[in-house]
Amino acid sequence: MKTYANPVYAWKRAPERDGPAHRRPVIVVGAGPVGLAAAIDLAQRGIPVVVLDEDDTVSVGSRAICYAKRALEILDRLGCGERVVQKGVEWKVGRVFFGHEQVYAFDLLPGSGHRRPAFVNLQQYHLEECLVDRLAELPAAEVRWRHKVVGVMPRDNHVLLRVATPDGDYELSCEWLIACDGARSPVRRMLGLEAEGQMFHDRFLIADIHMKSDFPAERWFWFDPPFHPGQSALLHRQADDVWRIDFQLGWDADPDLERTPERILPRLHAMLGADAEFDIEWASVYTFQCRRMQRFRHGRVLFAGDAAHVVSPFGARGANSGFQDADNLAWKLELVLAGRAPERLLDTYDAERIPAADENILHSTRATDFITPKSAVSRTFRDAVLSLAKDHTFARRLVNSGRLSLPHVYRLSPLNTPDREGETFAGTMVPGAPAVDAPVEGTGAPWLLDHLHGGFTLLVFGDTVPPAAAALAEDPSPCRVVQVDGNPANPNSLLRDRQGLLHERYDGRPGTCYLLRPDQHVCARWRSFDAGQVRAAIRRATCND
Amino acid sequence: MATLNTESNMTAPDDFYEGLIALHRDLTESESALVNAKLILLLANHIGDPEVIAAAMDAAREDLGAPGVRP
Repeated sequence: MKTYANPVYAWKRAPERDGPAHRRPVIVVGAGPVGLAAAIDLAQRGIPVVVLDEDDTVSVGSRAICYAKRALEILDRLGCGERVVQKGVEWKVGRVFFGHEQVYAFDLLPGSGHRRPAFVNLQQYHLEECLVDRLAELPAAEVRWRHKVVGVMPRDNHVLLRVATPDGDYELSCEWLIACDGARSPVRRMLGLEAEGQMFHDRFLIADIHMKSDFPAERWFWFDPPFHPGQSALLHRQADDVWRIDFQLGWDADPDLERTPERILPRLHAMLGADAEFDIEWASVYTFQCRRMQRFRHGRVLFAGDAAHVVSPFGARGANSGFQDADNLAWKLELVLAGRAPERLLDTYDAERIPAADENILHSTRATDFITPKSAVSRTFRDAVLSLAKDHTFARRLVNSGRLSLPHVYRLSPLNTPDREGETFAGTMVPGAPAVDAPVEGTGAPWLLDHLHGGFTLLVFGDTVPPAAAALAEDPSPCRVVQVDGNPANPNSLLRDRQGLLHERYDGRPGTCYLLRPDQHVCARWRSFDAGQVRAAIRRATCND
Repeated sequence: MATLNTESNMTAPDDFYEGLIALHRDLTESESALVNAKLILLLANHIGDPEVIAAAMDAAREDLGAPGVRP
């Protein structure tokens, strides 16, 4: 590749080869985006974590390139958001073409007052490098490159691993194992577990090209374009003047042949013009599937990311949902390891992330059915939608080139406290929803989410916080109180909502309280403060009820 | 809650039918299929009510068995 050289991370001999093996609280298998995010989250919480990876570098090829607003907010909490956004390419406009014509355009994040954009495009290798560098800053974390897990032996109160390295094998044990080892998850296979679902009969060519171009940073999707008749194509800008191009090839395409420059170059010149100047950085031919495991928690082994569920790429729901898995899991593991919550809190990882996976699979399956119609009538309806979309706005909402990733709302989570009878709230901040960001003023960062510090937070709107609220910080399951507008003499953290967006987005009125979990999801809300009800809601959100 | 009206609801049913057939004049089979699909989409959006649309889908397929359960 012209624009990127993969780093080679040094292999180190395991200390267990020369001395006793201490049981580790958490081991993560797989140093991809999800495994690294989980490890950073745990290490930031002070939990020693070892990451084992069979390779010695980051992703080869750009792979997952679209990181959604919620994933960026999670990366902010992990200390990597700014670097990812600086390096990446922001975009929010998408255009859909049918044949020769644009049928419509969309703008994903109209309006201001959001710290992060709807999406940032960044090659997976850049993202992983940010995560690896961040992890290296955390003394509680350690990545072991070229340490391949070759045996997984679950025991009653721990998991024993057999690890192969260039100078021999060793054993390692942990209280909890997080398997983030990808769609073909060797851990899953070694445990005899399966991910069931559907495979789609289509093939796609994915090509990264290096090109100086004036094309805007937008997502362009073509159905049946003149340069690639009968199929679809996608163009996306990445960092370093690298462009992602996808060509739908059909099931009968020969993957080995289609990967060769002799086949790729004519396709690219047909699309970009006969005299376009570019270099091919990386190319791959892929098929895809929508599958998930029946359960993500198997005793002391927890599956996250592609190891637990895979979706088609349309909608950027793979890595983005994997980050949300890690986000959901880390604080729960922290509480269980500290003895502050029972093990059954980890069952709620299943209760919350399985519906999230199903939502992603549903959207991605629907997009795939639209892009790759499976029958003549399905294709006829697809083409009918596209030909209506230019002049009839209703049809634009039926066009499905991927419903782009939005975070899942844990509406039915057992950790939610339902709203009190008679209390109503406008807006989207229902129990289970991830806290939406808003600009704030006061001491510290100018965005709300930066004031939610990894534990439980009570966000209180109004002039004065009752003295009883301060005591919540001293509880066994402590809760910080963050007050929005009010008396500057108040000892609680004080934010000012000068633009009014925080009040608007949370339907905040004097007295309104939101209880936010360590992963920033709302778990309870009230129109007035009651210390007993806040404590009960925290007990419920930690399975201590 | 609206239900699917399967009583006669047209002032001039013969005119409608003639128009429907005329709509397809000079079209190939695949063009006709496309026009039919567009017509369904336009009408379904105009109706909007998902229960009415689902009832119409069920009625249209009634004598062929539900999807996945051919008689």
